Amino acid sequence: MTKQRVLITGVSRFLGGRLAQRLEADPDVEEIFGVDLDEPTVELTRTEFVRADIRNPLIVKVLQATEVDTVVHTAVIATPARVGGRAQMKEINVIGTMQLFAACQKAERLRKVVMKSTTAVYGSDPADPSIFSEDMSPASHPRGGYAKDAWEVENYARSFGRRRSSVLLTILRFANFIGPVIDTPLTRYFSLPVVPTALGYDPRLQFVHENDAIEVLYSATRQDRPGTFNVAGDGIVYLSQAIRMAGKVPMPVLVPFAGLLGSMVRQTGLVDFSPEQLSFLMFGRVADVRRLKEIFGYTPAFDTQEAFRDFIGKRKLAKVFSEEQAERWERDLFDFLARRARTRVSPAEEEA
Amino acid sequence: MGEARVIPIDKHVARGLCRGRTAGGRPCRNRAGESGYCRRHEPAALATATAEVEDRSRFEVELERLLSFTRRRMTGDYAVDDFGFDADLTENVLIPMLRPVYDRWWRIEQKCLENLPSEGAALLVGNHSGTLPWDALMMKLGVFEGIGRHCRLLAADLALRLPIVGELARKSGNTLACEPDTVRLLDKGEVVGVFPEGFKGVGKPFRERYKLQRFGRGGFVEMALKTGAPIVPVAIVGAEEIYPMIANLRPLARLFGFPYFPVTPTFPLLGPLGAIPLPSRWMIEYGEPIPTGGFGPDAAMDPMFVFNMTDQVRESIQQMLYRNLMVRRNVFF
Repeated sequence: MTKQRVLITGVSRFLGGRLAQRLEADPDVEEIFGVDLDEPTVELTRTEFVRADIRNPLIVKVLQATEVDTVVHTAVIATPARVGGRAQMKEINVIGTMQLFAACQKAERLRKVVMKSTTAVYGSDPADPSIFSEDMSPASHPRGGYAKDAWEVENYARSFGRRRSSVLLTILRFANFIGPVIDTPLTRYFSLPVVPTALGYDPRLQFVHENDAIEVLYSATRQDRPGTFNVAGDGIVYLSQAIRMAGKVPMPVLVPFAGLLGSMVRQTGLVDFSPEQLSFLMFGRVADVRRLKEIFGYTPAFDTQEAFRDFIGKRKLAKVFSEEQAERWERDLFDFLARRARTRVSPAEEEA
Repeated sequence: MGEARVIPIDKHVARGLCRGRTAGGRPCRNRAGESGYCRRHEPAALATATAEVEDRSRFEVELERLLSFTRRRMTGDYAVDDFGFDADLTENVLIPMLRPVYDRWWRIEQKCLENLPSEGAALLVGNHSGTLPWDALMMKLGVFEGIGRHCRLLAADLALRLPIVGELARKSGNTLACEPDTVRLLDKGEVVGVFPEGFKGVGKPFRERYKLQRFGRGGFVEMALKTGAPIVPVAIVGAEEIYPMIANLRPLARLFGFPYFPVTPTFPLLGPLGAIPLPSRWMIEYGEPIPTGGFGPDAAMDPMFVFNMTDQVRESIQQMLYRNLMVRRNVFF
């Protein structure tokens, strides 16, 4: 097999950048091209940075000039704040992907496309099965925000796959990313000292550790693994449980007020909370990772709880309430109450 | 209190050190036992260490259990399965809360517990009644009291959508009544409970008590056939009388999006007091398991076979209901 030539979109973002680094270390990858609008944030040695906008039809020139055989599309973005609003985000996600796939169709040498997607395409609804496998279609497809973009983008990818059936198409549906470095709305949410939750609801969450995410992207790039795969750590964690593990204090909010609170939080710029995430914070979602393990051949090194513990451990989040404190209180309280009970009992015994 | 007991540590054997702290505030260097503490610092051992002869009183055992439960909840230190089943919460809070209702209010008597499997998958199929699904909760508790296993109920999405109710339903191990979840649970070897009558059963008028409604579309039989899990028919007598439903206000039901809006002798007349169920006396009988293995993989695809088996299950529950109603002398005693 000839050496691989890879083009990565979204290289200035965390996953794209780290994937480029990972590929740089592999001598069988001949050349790596990174496409984005901003300079890469991580240090790259032999990756060639191409400042280009995937929304611009000129992207086809980039694909042809670089003669890549693999395109890794990670430039589907989840948060509107950094790019200047929801309209802009949709433009980048949907129009950008359309243009990219249009260009891919014209690139003769192309033989593989790897796309980053999200389990958010399954939505969050109690009328859906508890655990989603890749071939299930949810009761209702997401109607807004990132999840809707991701669903539309996946559809473009699939129709591209039908038009050029010789190109291998891998769609990776990632659960929520977590880890010591990655910055997502969820990591910032868990960094708040008091974490707002929906009163009366406790969603099941599933995380994928950033290292596992990069490994999966890397294997999908290097090996041929066509198909759609859920990518997540084993097991789940309840939102309330995660908040406790992080040593934070949950603040349950009545659901009708949650939207209001969300926009207030958004104003502070701490957490980029968009309204469609409310149903996620009410009902959560869990995806089945059997296919990833058995067909894709990758078992995540971190399960959901380990990934979360790695996040809280390495970030050194300020704990409002720590395990050591809890253990000390448990012992002290036990000592105190047990001794009191004993002194109350023993005089009575003496009398008798 | 005696002096600190020095426990000789064999460093080669020691795998971890105690999580406790000495009186001086330094980390304890004793070897940790199973609990993660050395014998001196282990909360359970404190009582024996200080009061040398005195047996630990029940109070202390309970106190220790309560405190350690509280600590686990405060630090998120408990396990949940993929469906969201939180055994820690279920066994320490939810079941103890329901037990008085089970024992004192409805004085539930269980029959033929030997028909419940002590291990492996089983699909429990029961009759549904009583306006609010108390019968499902009681069957779940009954199975736990009887064989110490958690019955995973299949619920309507309406229940899972409600605040608090939905959350607790998930945490106590129940899930949506849908094929993928059921098959997954049965494949895991769990005891799964289902009420195929659904809202038709639980929301039927009082005059139709103990008359089984249509058994869904036989989906439960298909899933049992697919997984080879035996079907255990369950008859629950007593739940029909807890909220005798004399009328159903359909317009109100439509307004609130409920499947029915019940009128009982006490509801809505007495307001929230009407939510107190009548203290009927209950009987839960588990029927002989109906094997579903050995029919071949095509059986689930054969609608006629599935219909027949559905009828067989329905008929056996109906027979058990009649039998138990015959021996019942009084609804309340």
